[in-house]
Amino acid sequence: MALESIGSTAVDSPEWTESLLRLLTLADYNSRIVVLGTMLLGCAAGVVGSFTLLRKRALVGDAISHAMLPGLGLAFLLATLAGGDGKFLPTLFAGAATSGLIGALTILVLRSTWRLSEDAAFGIVLSVFFGAGVALLGVIQSLEAGHAAGLEGFIYGKTASLSWGDLLAIAAAAVVALLACMIWFKELTLLCFDSAYAETQGYSTWWLDGLHMSLVVIITITGMQAVGLILVIALLVIPAAAARFWTNRLQPQVVISAGIGMAGCFCGSITSALFPDLPAGAVMILACVLLFLFSLLFGMEHGQVWRGIRRWQWQQALLRQHLLRAIYERAEAKSESQNGSIPASVEVSELLAARSWTRARLERLIERAQREGEVTVIGTQVSLSKSGLIQAQRLTHQHRLWELYLITYADVALQQVDRLADDIEHVLEPAVIHELERLLQGRTDAVPKSPHQLPESI
Amino acid sequence: MGLVGWTWALDGWIVVAATLCAMSCALLGSFLVLRGTSLLGDAISHAVLPGLAIAFWATGSRSGTGMLLAAVGAAIVTVFLIEALRRSAGVDRGASMGVVFTGMFAVGMIMIVQVADHVDLDPNCVLYGSIELTPLDQWSIGGWLIPKAVVTLGLTFLLNSSFVWLFYKELLLTTFDGDLADSMGFSSRFMHYGLMSLVAVTAVGSFESVGSILVVAMMVVPPAAALMMTDRLHALLWWSMGLAALSAVTGHASAIVVPSWFGQGSTLTSGMMAVSAGGLLLVCGLFGARRGLVTRWWRQRSFAAQVAADDVLGYLFRLEERAGGVGTTSAQGKVGSNPTVADVGLLSANLSQPLKHCQRIVAQLVQRGEIESHRDGYQLTEAGRHRAQLLVRSHRLWELYLVEQAQFEIDRIHDKAEAWEHVTDESMRQSLDQATSQTDLDPHGSQIPPEVSPPRT
Repeated sequence: MALESIGSTAVDSPEWTESLLRLLTLADYNSRIVVLGTMLLGCAAGVVGSFTLLRKRALVGDAISHAMLPGLGLAFLLATLAGGDGKFLPTLFAGAATSGLIGALTILVLRSTWRLSEDAAFGIVLSVFFGAGVALLGVIQSLEAGHAAGLEGFIYGKTASLSWGDLLAIAAAAVVALLACMIWFKELTLLCFDSAYAETQGYSTWWLDGLHMSLVVIITITGMQAVGLILVIALLVIPAAAARFWTNRLQPQVVISAGIGMAGCFCGSITSALFPDLPAGAVMILACVLLFLFSLLFGMEHGQVWRGIRRWQWQQALLRQHLLRAIYERAEAKSESQNGSIPASVEVSELLAARSWTRARLERLIERAQREGEVTVIGTQVSLSKSGLIQAQRLTHQHRLWELYLITYADVALQQVDRLADDIEHVLEPAVIHELERLLQGRTDAVPKSPHQLPESI
Repeated sequence: MGLVGWTWALDGWIVVAATLCAMSCALLGSFLVLRGTSLLGDAISHAVLPGLAIAFWATGSRSGTGMLLAAVGAAIVTVFLIEALRRSAGVDRGASMGVVFTGMFAVGMIMIVQVADHVDLDPNCVLYGSIELTPLDQWSIGGWLIPKAVVTLGLTFLLNSSFVWLFYKELLLTTFDGDLADSMGFSSRFMHYGLMSLVAVTAVGSFESVGSILVVAMMVVPPAAALMMTDRLHALLWWSMGLAALSAVTGHASAIVVPSWFGQGSTLTSGMMAVSAGGLLLVCGLFGARRGLVTRWWRQRSFAAQVAADDVLGYLFRLEERAGGVGTTSAQGKVGSNPTVADVGLLSANLSQPLKHCQRIVAQLVQRGEIESHRDGYQLTEAGRHRAQLLVRSHRLWELYLVEQAQFEIDRIHDKAEAWEHVTDESMRQSLDQATSQTDLDPHGSQIPPEVSPPRT
């Protein structure tokens, strides 16, 4: 069934491309409003969300948006009882905002007075306020059946049919939030990174937390009404979390997060306009999630792919270093048995005993080292090239210095030093090596003799 | 305003089902709160949607065990994804929850639209049962008609409590010190996933019968309230289960009673249960034995009163010392010049306390029989002298210790000793005595009174 419905839209391609074109040029009044409104929201939520993420309050939007339900119900109830229109939007707005702010205040009080953890405070406010709202709506529904229907729509949103008024409200909220973030950028930064220091600098964390929470309330209330509760939570969390993969600095983080929020909303609203069957809010979340996954994989700072590649390169380097040292030590042992004449090369089979590598793996390794110009292979004979020899000498030197150090100063048994030095030889810095040389009888350049017996070839 | 319309056949079962659910959730929720993942219930309640869509697509029906299993599957996937994002990609815990649950919800919404275009598969109807309806769907077990929900929730509770009972030690260790647990050979990761899978099962099982709001509330609010009462895990679990059960009962009762005050019928039970859990949290937050505000205030106040009383007794004791010899009751006959007697004005002046305050302290001390009233003031009784002697001993031992062991200047020791004398018990005095040299005189040259055993009454 799923495939059919997508397929039927995709078959008539001329119309399809035309509608895409119309969309991308924002020719339709309706789609223009949806695209603009959601992008503005995505931008503002991305900026505010960066601060919530760094304040370790990513889910505050979740708590606050749920906390708005009782205010909504109460506003409706009071307006109806006073004889007015219960669904008059400004009244509902005011009620929801008030109860959202009370929820935010409750979170801060729970944190400071009872030292409850952040997430517990969120959970309490979310469930108790939402529970109260559900109970209140239950009463309202029994009070005037039918009249209150659609009140939940205020919370669950209606993306596909954003009105001009919604767009204005979103624009106003976005401007307020962005301006506030610009004006108090320094203070909010201080709050996120070191609230204790902010306190010593004379900023009241209460005031700053209150400011920050108010921004979340503003974003949440306009967004919730327009695009729905879950999408607002998603917009507050996902772009900011995605931006963390790109940078470690706050200013770029805020900008990237806003950009990802806008991009997600843009792609999402275009896609959902192309496929009117799909729920618009869900498509926008999905677009943001895809951008998040892309950032997770390819983000400049913490992207998993780069990390994986770096790790792989490092492992390869380690393996090659092991190979070079094994060749050097083998050659050295042979030269001793042949009274000083250093043989140019060793047999590949002789290296097998040095480590627990298989022949195939060893050959692959040698091949790679050959490509790097570190060894030369003639038949079954391997020899170190000039640069390989220098590296191998340096590594062996470091390895044995560390072994000597362990034996002399750390009282480590002779049988264990090889293993321990194996781990450390790759990361010894020149300053440390110099210090080791000074400690161990001033050996400077020559490679010291191995303190233990080297493995024999098979 | 009584419980009009309370019928045991219906309301009794509703309360039983809600209590079982609340206790299951609170038991696991205690660990969630301690581990900083309180919002997991909320996250799971949104994230099960794709599971429902898949189950519907596979079975074509809106009910049955297929739905339940798929939902549990989706919940477990959620838990693993959250943990994977946190551990391997270093995403903040809250953010990883937010990304995963909103993403799963979106996927679920899209799948549902594709799969069930013309069928009503509103998650609010499919998975989120209403607790008011639990008594209607009954199973016959051994001749008894028992609601299905009560049976499944009872089994869930049994499962959870036996898990906690069996792995109590491991849960304790991994919750408070994961690294220590790992170094001792308990896998903290295994315990984490075990606990989280159980949370997933419990949450989904409860959604189906009692709705999501109750689950989310009971996983956080009673454990948080229990934290106000105690710091010990064992007691915490009992408190949080007890409070959860209590909020289930009061919640259902208030769902019937509260609307009737406004001339309305009953309202949604699960919402009121969450609210009454919040009310209990407030009560515990005020009067809780451990962190309650009122309790803390009362503790401070009574400590301040004890310090003030100690000061009065100490002052009278020093008067007696100055008069030469302890307990000079022979001086009673002389009028106006008894050196061991002090009136309230003198006490107020010397202890720099307001007169009124002094009067109150003195009245309390008289009532406790530690001082007695004379014509021109107050004098220590035997019991009061005993307490005062120990106090002064503590004070002077501290002074000696500070000079001898901590190399304090002699003019700085009095204030410290003054503060610590109120919290020094017998074993502490013994240690101080052993740590200082064998002398009877403190650094100011005053006699250190000997330790005395309590007076016989």
